Amino acid sequence: MPHLHRNKTEGSSAFLFLLPSLSGFLILSLVPVLGSLVLSLTSWDGLRSLSDFGGAGAFLQDQFVGGAHYAEILGSEEFHRVLRNTLYFILLYLPGILVLSITAALILNRKLPGATLFRVLFYIPVLTSWVAGALVWKWVLSPEYGVLNNLLALVHIQGPGWLFTDTWAMPGIVLASLWKDIGFFGLIILGGLQGISPTYYEAAELDGAGKLQQLYRITIPLLSPTIFFVLIIAVINSIQLFPQVMVMTTTTGISEPRPSTQVLVERIYRYAFRYYKMGYAAAFSWILFVIVFSLTAIQMRLQKVWVHYES
Amino acid sequence: MKRNIPLAAALIAALITVGAFAAGQKDTGGTAGPAGAGAPVEIVFSNFQGSGEVSVHLDAMVEEFERQNPDIKIKLETVGYNDYFTQLQTRIAGGKAPDCFDLNYENFVSYAKKGVLLDLKPYIDSTGFDVTALDERALAAFSADGIQYGLPASFSTVLLFYNKDLFDRAGVSYPTADWTWKEEQAAAEKIRALGDRYWGLIHPVHFWEFYKVTRQNGGALMNEAETRFTMDSPQNRETLSFMVDRIRKSNVMPSDAQMAGAGEWDMFKTGRLGMLVTGIWAFPEFARDCTFAWDVEVEPGMKEKATHFFANGLVISKDTKHPEAAMKWLAFMAASREAAAIRVNAGWELPAITDETVLADYLTKDNPANRKAVFESLKYIVMPPVVEQASEMTDIVNRSLQAAREGTKTPAQALKDAQAELDSKIKL
Repeated sequence: MPHLHRNKTEGSSAFLFLLPSLSGFLILSLVPVLGSLVLSLTSWDGLRSLSDFGGAGAFLQDQFVGGAHYAEILGSEEFHRVLRNTLYFILLYLPGILVLSITAALILNRKLPGATLFRVLFYIPVLTSWVAGALVWKWVLSPEYGVLNNLLALVHIQGPGWLFTDTWAMPGIVLASLWKDIGFFGLIILGGLQGISPTYYEAAELDGAGKLQQLYRITIPLLSPTIFFVLIIAVINSIQLFPQVMVMTTTTGISEPRPSTQVLVERIYRYAFRYYKMGYAAAFSWILFVIVFSLTAIQMRLQKVWVHYES
Repeated sequence: MKRNIPLAAALIAALITVGAFAAGQKDTGGTAGPAGAGAPVEIVFSNFQGSGEVSVHLDAMVEEFERQNPDIKIKLETVGYNDYFTQLQTRIAGGKAPDCFDLNYENFVSYAKKGVLLDLKPYIDSTGFDVTALDERALAAFSADGIQYGLPASFSTVLLFYNKDLFDRAGVSYPTADWTWKEEQAAAEKIRALGDRYWGLIHPVHFWEFYKVTRQNGGALMNEAETRFTMDSPQNRETLSFMVDRIRKSNVMPSDAQMAGAGEWDMFKTGRLGMLVTGIWAFPEFARDCTFAWDVEVEPGMKEKATHFFANGLVISKDTKHPEAAMKWLAFMAASREAAAIRVNAGWELPAITDETVLADYLTKDNPANRKAVFESLKYIVMPPVVEQASEMTDIVNRSLQAAREGTKTPAQALKDAQAELDSKIKL
């Protein structure tokens, strides 16, 4: 059977072609990831090398603590605080990013003059580095001289102290994050919108459906696979919230962000590279992984209820 | 139990891989192969002190050193301060430690206690380095548990900087070395009264100031033997209340929100600040940017004087193949007249040497005029507590101080909470 034979050679040559990227993944991602699982069971300080302990066996014998880190993290007030902060961020960010990026996409999808220019403008924050963006937002949110509070003052609203208060620091970070991400998610949704065949709208119009009805009956359902994708990516990104917090809510002379904006990844960084508790940080990372994984799994389950695939 | 098989396999695979890496490291450890006869030895010096504008001065030191020691070559690996420690940690853990490197004081203790540094004593003896060339206190700062692990590269201290023009306008006489918190506060209030734009002083409320300011008031973060924390003491409460009141009551000092993201140095340079407590490394920048008359004085005390001591240290990796050559380079940077002269002429921190002829050049420089305050200040230095979990301790204290500063906790409550958290998290 020449047909089967050809498939076999194709398979092995495909494997050969994949090898470069596959080995990159194995060496640079999978091995360290699994290594971190081992480390999470040890009290390694992230400083001494394996040869200092006299090899892997001696290292484990000396440093193995079992699941102690996991128990300590899950029982700590700090973990619950940073988890709450992260969830608070998601709670504010997720509805915001969905509404804003869908709105932006709907506007950009209309055949208006200069639409291409606006698409570029919306996308610029995505290309801006987080550090630069966060510094600009620090200034926008400045209580006395900031743009935002001055605009609020025009309509006689006394703006809050934003990043300088426990209550408003996280909403401030959410605002900056929305600004940064609208372009990215808006573009994905725009792609989804343009994939909807105009015949549906024509048919709906003939049947006498209004614009709003078209939005709820046609656009949203047909867009749901794209929205689902956006939702998954946005949730994963939110749980990994990091650079904006580090830049926006640390004050001079004080190295960590204020407690009300400390989040999971920020703690991992701190334990690994500031407190020299690499094992603890590794355990923290695996807890983060489990959280991301379960949230994604739940979303996968839920999609059956609301995501509508064209077939 | 089927489900556990992939996990177990992964664990075994990970262990094998980690083991393989460890085995591979033994041959490649260190940074330079054994030097053949006549071939110069190469020493890798990883540092943050040479990053930025000052790099030319470090290059000048290397040039001079290599001229004096033709058998040693220095390979500089300069990394910006913000990335330096992450990068260094990874290199050491990976068995690729540089031969010698910079450490700041806080990290020095962590590194020394984790056993990754070389005991310098044998090499100080074998190279015949005279330690009396170095300031005794600066040298002592880089020993831990009685072992000398480092040499001080440079030191600096913190002074009271003041804007003479604002003092004149407010009709207040300039600070003197005898000032206490009271005179400082009175002057700050008068300058604040000049108008909304003007602030009396900035004296930051964070760990690095608090540990010292409370010593001025007879308090301390730890007992003398450093066996326990003493955060919740009447002296500490009084100190913190005093510091916080300057923001929240008399408001002679701007709050974080009032600063609106502006830097302390910027506030001073724009002429809106009467006094600023900050480090002497501000001299070159202030001399360049201030358009008004300014000077410095030893920081005011209260029950006693207490001032800062900051030092950057030079250490050798315990895995280096060339400890003697590295030691010679360290000794040159820390104590040679040539290196000291380069530092002084550049206005780049002070060399921690006892040779007064080099320091004389420093004193005769102008702007600020009162440079002798730098050396005066060194009479009263107090060191921050030395613990292995230095960063963690600093964060815990800072968190409480921030809450007090912003008024979400009273000073008493903040100190009480800090004490409890330190007790539970920091092992002494």
